[in-house]
Order: sequence, then structure tokens, then C-alpha cells
Amino acid sequence: MSLIEVRGLKKSYGPIHAVRGVDLDIAQGEIFSLLGPNGAGKTTTVEILEGFRTRDSGSVSVLGFDPQKRGLAARRWRNRIGIVLQSSADAGDLTVVETIAHFSGYYSNPRNVDEVIHSVGLEEKQGALIRTLSGGQRRRLDVALGLIGNPELLFLDEPTTGFDPEARRIFWALIQQLRKDGTTILLTTHYLDEAEALADRVAVINRGVIVEVSTPAKLGGRSTAQATVQWRDGATLKSEKSDNPTALVAQLSAQFDGEIPELIVTRPSLEDIYLEMIGGVDE
Amino acid sequence: MNKIPSALQIGVRRGGLEIIQFARQRESVVFTLLFPVILLGIFGSVFKNTIAPGVTFSQYFVAGMIASGLVNTGFQALAITIPMERDFGTLKRLRGTPMPVSSYFIGKAILIFVSMVIQILLLLGFGLLFFGLEMPTDISKWFTFTWLILLGSTCSTALGIAFSIIPKSGRGASAVVSPIVIILQFFSGVFFVFTQLPSWMQQIAAIFPLKWLTQGMRSVFLPDSFATEEVAKSWESEKTFLILVLWLIIGIFFSVRKFKWDRD
Repeated sequence: MSLIEVRGLKKSYGPIHAVRGVDLDIAQGEIFSLLGPNGAGKTTTVEILEGFRTRDSGSVSVLGFDPQKRGLAARRWRNRIGIVLQSSADAGDLTVVETIAHFSGYYSNPRNVDEVIHSVGLEEKQGALIRTLSGGQRRRLDVALGLIGNPELLFLDEPTTGFDPEARRIFWALIQQLRKDGTTILLTTHYLDEAEALADRVAVINRGVIVEVSTPAKLGGRSTAQATVQWRDGATLKSEKSDNPTALVAQLSAQFDGEIPELIVTRPSLEDIYLEMIGGVDE
Repeated sequence: MNKIPSALQIGVRRGGLEIIQFARQRESVVFTLLFPVILLGIFGSVFKNTIAPGVTFSQYFVAGMIASGLVNTGFQALAITIPMERDFGTLKRLRGTPMPVSSYFIGKAILIFVSMVIQILLLLGFGLLFFGLEMPTDISKWFTFTWLILLGSTCSTALGIAFSIIPKSGRGASAVVSPIVIILQFFSGVFFVFTQLPSWMQQIAAIFPLKWLTQGMRSVFLPDSFATEEVAKSWESEKTFLILVLWLIIGIFFSVRKFKWDRD
């Protein structure tokens, strides 16, 4: 059964049709990444799923609940989800541990405060006031606040913006650990390598509709796309696109009698495929 | 599965958190808590006259400062800081948690009440030490004082939250809110003796809670003989109570129905 089920979702702001009929199914325990350029309807879709916006038409079920509903049932539903929003600049006068401990008091079964601080790597900063944190540390605090309620479903919106490469790797390991523990994650990101490293499946949204849903490896026919073989022949750098790169490499290997100078075999990156997809739909 | 903490439990915790945050902002502590004291120092030094037999201007002014403190600390502070919290994304983040909106309101009400009590203690202490302020001796006056502070600070909190809908951004909030409060203070007899104001000002002021809070505070700090100097020749305590309750209901209604978590 799908943890998130969306059918025919539509939302307009005046004359602008932000979402024009989106269908989505996200399964229990998967990391699902929603990709799309700014203004594609990505944020609107996610905010409808998070219960921040109402829809014009279509049906939405998140953990079996309609996020548009209010009242006590909505509180029980919020108790089961975690949301990491894009940015916040608030509560600068509280310490990291005070803030996380306070938020833990909103939930019925929160995670252990120290554990959460440890998992986002903020132990050394736990006594520091939030306004003294760097951008990346602040982002990790945002993530900690999304995790503190021990959610079954976690929304991550651009989680690693402002992270240095090392912090990103540590963060990815944390997300993979969460999946192992059974947390379902909806990730929106601008970093294609992030989607590739983390997501089980990706959906590309453009101009209010889902263009394709697939695994990162297969998106846009990537796995069957032509590979590019590049090598050096004397003074010139040569390259050739091929459906059978292995045969080409074998042939070159025979030609060079062993080692092929500066050999590189590449397939289109997720980014290449993605840019082609959103470029193709755009005018 | 444990139960989700109740709205009241979360609200009380939020109150504690709000107080910690407030206490760590040195400028706001000084401005909010000491500003009325500074004003009393200035006005008390300038106007040394008596406005009625045995009633100094300082005595009159303390009543007005406590009442307008309720408006400044509650209404004005919230109508400015809540739009800022909205800009910062604080409110949106809270909305994504199981915290009910009522807990947020309870937290604010606690913060306003506590800072109001501290502010009043400072004002009374300063008045006693330097301006010969006379404290009420009658127990019934202390009773009136108590319900005025409780009702006044709750009412002011609710109206501040309700008004926070209006400013489009935190940056512009102060420009919208401050003039309203200052005009209201002049019209309501905080800085001047109310009965000496033109009657059209008095009539406008009578619509809003500050005039009634000020009059209520006068009933606490001025001798009962002064009641005859009021517009209605009486303190009108029941009417004050009813009007404050009415404004409280209006404030809560708009706070609950129209509260804005997000900028758009």
C-alpha cells in the first residue's frame, strides 16, 4: 500500500496553473525524490502534501489522512510526520539543546534528544546559541527538529544547501540510516548527485505535471543511452558514441596492443538526462 | 504509544521558552521593563503639581503608565514580533509540528503576564522611592488591581495576536502599530488628565480598551473622592469589566479564525 497517494492534483494561483494534474505513489520505506526547476510546481505539490496549502481538486492521502483536514485528527497526523523546511532564521536566543528538547515536548514518542544531536553531528555545538551557528550547522539543527518526533514520514526540502562536501556525506549516511530504520522520505533537492546517491525512485516535475517516474539509473532511458568512449590517439583526443562500448574498448585495446591512452567511458549523468528532460518540455 | 501532550502542557512549556528568549534579548528587556520607569521619572520631575486635593500628577500618571504598559507590552509587542516570527519562518515550522495554535497563544499570554508583573513591580518600587507614590490600602482595591492586570494582559495579548494579521512584514509592523498605540495613549488620558481632553477625543477613546484600563487603574491608585472627577462621576468598574471582556472575545475570535502562519 502506498504511504502517499496523489491523484489528479491541481492547484492554481489566480491565472497561474502551478500544478496541473499530478499523480504520485510513494511506498512505505522508500526514499523518493522530487526533481524539478523552480516554478515547476514542486514546492506547491510538497506543501499540499505537508498540509500547508489547500488544493483545488484531486485527491491526496498521506499516511491514510487528507492533509487538508484540521483539528485533533490533524494533530495526531502531524505527530507521525517530520518536516524540514527550506530555511528558518528564528529563535536565535536559544541553545541547540534547549530548542531540540523543547520540540521533543510536542510529540507522543520523541526520539532521545542526545541521540538526535549526535546523529546530526551537533554535539560540540549543543550548548551554543543558535545565532552563533554557521549556515550548515543551522541546517543540521533544522534536520534535527524534523527528526525529533520520530516520524514515519519525513519531508526534506533542500536539506544540504550550505553544507560542505564532508558534511553532505555525513548527512547522506544519516538519511540512509533512517531508511534502514524504516522511515519513508520525500526529498526535494536541486543536487542531482544527491538524488542519485539517496533516492530509490525519482520523479521529474515540470510545468505542473510529472514528466517521468523512475529509478535514478533508468530515468530518461539513461541505462540504455549511448555511452561515450574517449581516448588519446597520438596528439589528438578522440571520442565516439556507441551502443556497444565494450566492443569498442576491446577493439581499441587490440589496436593499442593493451593499454588505451587516457581511456574514459561515460554514460549521461542524471544531471544530463534531467536537463534534457526539463529543457525538452520547456519552450 | 504515549499520548500527545495536551495543548495546555505545551502552552506552559512555550511560556517558559518565550520568557527565556525574552530575557536573553537585553535591548528588549531594558526597553520593555524600564521604559515606563523612565517615563515616570521624566513626567514626575516635570509636572510636580497636584491635580486634585491630595492627588499628585505622579499618582495619576502611575495609573496611566500601568494601563498603557499593558498595551505596550502586550498588544504593541506582539503585533510587531509575530509578523517578524512569520518572516523568519518560525511560525511555519511550528505549524508543521503537532503543536496546537492554542499552545502558541498560551505561551504568549504567559510571557506578557510575567513581563507585565515585573514591569508593574519596578514602576511601583520606583514611584514609592522617588515620587511619594501612595499604595492602595483597601483590600477591595487590590482585588480590582488583580483582575485588571489579569484581564488587561490577556485582552492585550489576544488583540496583539489578532492585529498581527495586518502588517505585511515584520519590518513594516512597527510603523503600522506604534502610531496607533501612541495616539490611543494621548486620547485615553495616559499623559493628560482625561476629563481635560476635548469630548470627541474622549468619545473615540471610550471605544477602545486603554481608556477603560486607565480609568480602572485610577480607581486603584486614586482616592475614591476622585471618582466624582471622572466623566461619568464614577469609576464604572462593571462597565470596564464588560468592555474588556468584549474586546477579549473579539481578540480571541480573530486570533483563532484569521491567524497567519505564513507570509503568503
